[in-house]
Amino acid sequence: MKTDIILAGVGGQGILSIAASLGAAALNEDFYLKQAETHGMSQRGGAVVSHLRISDKPIHSDLIPQGKADLILSVEPMESLRYLAYLSPEGSLVTNTSEYKNISNYPDLEDTFSELEKKINIVRIDADKMAREIGNPKASNMVMLGAASPFISIDEEIIIKGIETIFQTKGEKIVQLNIEAFKAGRAFAHNK
Amino acid sequence: MQRNLFLGVEAIGQASIDAGISGVYAYPGTPSTEITEYIQHSKTASERKIHREWSANEKTALEAALGMSYAGKRSMACMKHVGLNVAADVFMNAAITGVNGGLVVTVADDPSQHSSQNEQDSRYYGKFAMIPVFEPSNQQEAYDMMYEAFEFSEKTGLPVMMRITTRLAHSRAGVVQKTTKDENQLRLPENLMQFMLLPAYGRKYYQNLLDKQDWLTELSEKSSFNAFYEGEEKSLGIVCCGIAFNYLMENYPEDDCPYPVVKIAQYPAPKEMLIRLENECDELLVIEEGYPLVEELLTDFFGKGTKVSGRLDGSLPRRGELNPDHVAKALGKEITPDWNSPDTLVGRPPSLCAGCGHQDTYKALNEVVKDAGEGRVFSDIGCYTLGALPPYSTINTCVDMGASITMAKGAADAGLSPVFAVIGDSTFTHSGITGLLDCVVEKTNINIIIVDNETVAMTGGQDSSAKGRIEKICEGVGVAPEHIRLFVPLKKNHDEIVKLMREEVAWEGVSVIIGRRECVQRLAKMKKLNKSKK
Ligand SMILES: Cc1ncc(C[n+]2csc(CCOP(=O)(O)OP(=O)(O)O)c2C)c(N)n1
Ligand code: SF4
Repeated sequence: MKTDIILAGVGGQGILSIAASLGAAALNEDFYLKQAETHGMSQRGGAVVSHLRISDKPIHSDLIPQGKADLILSVEPMESLRYLAYLSPEGSLVTNTSEYKNISNYPDLEDTFSELEKKINIVRIDADKMAREIGNPKASNMVMLGAASPFISIDEEIIIKGIETIFQTKGEKIVQLNIEAFKAGRAFAHNK
Repeated sequence: MQRNLFLGVEAIGQASIDAGISGVYAYPGTPSTEITEYIQHSKTASERKIHREWSANEKTALEAALGMSYAGKRSMACMKHVGLNVAADVFMNAAITGVNGGLVVTVADDPSQHSSQNEQDSRYYGKFAMIPVFEPSNQQEAYDMMYEAFEFSEKTGLPVMMRITTRLAHSRAGVVQKTTKDENQLRLPENLMQFMLLPAYGRKYYQNLLDKQDWLTELSEKSSFNAFYEGEEKSLGIVCCGIAFNYLMENYPEDDCPYPVVKIAQYPAPKEMLIRLENECDELLVIEEGYPLVEELLTDFFGKGTKVSGRLDGSLPRRGELNPDHVAKALGKEITPDWNSPDTLVGRPPSLCAGCGHQDTYKALNEVVKDAGEGRVFSDIGCYTLGALPPYSTINTCVDMGASITMAKGAADAGLSPVFAVIGDSTFTHSGITGLLDCVVEKTNINIIIVDNETVAMTGGQDSSAKGRIEKICEGVGVAPEHIRLFVPLKKNHDEIVKLMREEVAWEGVSVIIGRRECVQRLAKMKKLNKSKK
């Protein structure tokens, strides 16, 4: 078992909660894990990326080699395209469609995505909207994790346990809202 | 065995606690900041009352750590690579005095300059000071090394440098912890003149340091952190330093690297191992994160010996962080990715947060600078450095902490008038005060704008030593009280700020203009913290 994931987003969007949930899940399963994060300067609204590697064998590099990622999981559409060189030929790309426009020259990406969809398995989901509908706008990242979960070789229940571990301190209500968000995202990807 | 998911920096923080430190001394700096923050949040550290407050700068931090070592206790100083430039004086001399309690200087380098002015390699400082350097290859090794480093420091009588880089610092992996040791008892040095570097003593101690060098190499030879891996294929021998070892192994997923490999994680470099590698192999490849330190050591100047490749001959990139793909290329195993990012993609550089007070200061300052023409705003390091980029494009320089005031002074001395220095509150107390004193002594015509957001924002909102003290410091240094001016950087105050700045430009002398409004991120962080406390 091995899943190499590129997590992408913009500084401040909190992609690390996704990584933390998967990390907790991996640890519960006694899997090996390495997860390289972006801290520092780029966190001020810049592009951020995290390499997350989970395996049942020891992992060497903290960074995923190019062409080896099984999944690109992005909480922002343009950022999902920045690391395409890492995606393996069989890999999937799961992205939020909600744009984060903190730059003046944000490009129109519709054509790019339609082109790529012919070659790559792409799931596009408006996670922000879905999270609002559930009544927890902050849970958009968990919607994303749910939408990406079919492409991650860890069982659903184990990821959910990971989410429980991470949000435990915030109370049962928050835990449930986040699990609900996860399930909604997962259902969306399955029905696609 | 129970594993905890630790960032490299967290593994180091936990290991230092488990090794029985009595104090950590540090000034924030990416990627080293979270070591100290980890210790600040640790329950054990709080129960043991381990010293864990921020210092004013890296020099004061390392000096205090050395003082704790003098008193027989174990201490650690942490900083980013450029911080060691600030602490270089005490660092070099601490190698001469040696230690009493174990002392570890943890330095985090930033190859690729993710958040730094340069990518200098701290191993050169270690070599320069002639002290042992540890360079872990992964998070577990970072923990294990840190756990041993204090004892090693006491055994050799020398400070130990722990050198890490951004990737290890900010990457998480499972780490197994060891038992927590007791702290050392208070115990003065046996020789009460050990830390007295009057030349007569200093010469003797320097000789002691020289005499230890062969022993240090011997210890590296025997170190469990260094290793020689056999290989059948002798056409190439590979030397890997620190984290580079992982990038090599990534290219041999079945652990089937055919070449002999020397893994270096403790310096001075293990000489016998390297001699053996050179004897066995036709050529050598050196893979190291940072400058080509070991490569230079092994490359023969006259070109008559064994061929050594690495960063110097272009087999690996000359600068920047390594990754498994670079190493694959050097091994002739390059793969071309199937996809590439579309051309429509644009960059997303970091920017000031919405609502940040620095924006209001720059809007006003831009108007004032226009009066005399651009090219006269000297600045410094912090969030406000982003004012170099559009839409502000206000500031012209950022070199090293504190240099805004002193460079502006030099330019004023050269005849530039008016000049402006823009400096953050934390940068001011880190290294700005002495420059201000120079200005006061010489009555320089300078307008110093202290952008006081009451925190060290760039590195994540740590407490600033400047908080509540800036006016008093400026007065104490000798700035005329009527030329210490205060404004609140808010949109509605724009006209007032411009007017105030123009008044100070008109006055020929030292003006300190303080723009004070709390960083909005820090505000949010404290709110969250208070909420979780309730
Ligand atoms: C010698 C040195 N130490 C530490 C750093 C890392 N660093 C960069 S900016 C900064 C803090 C700046 O704080 P402040 O001046 O208050 O500005 P702010 O970010 O709050 O706007 C630090 C610690 C550095 N670049 N150089
Ligand atoms: S972190 Fe604070 S100081 Fe830095 S840009 Fe954001 S609001 Fe401004």
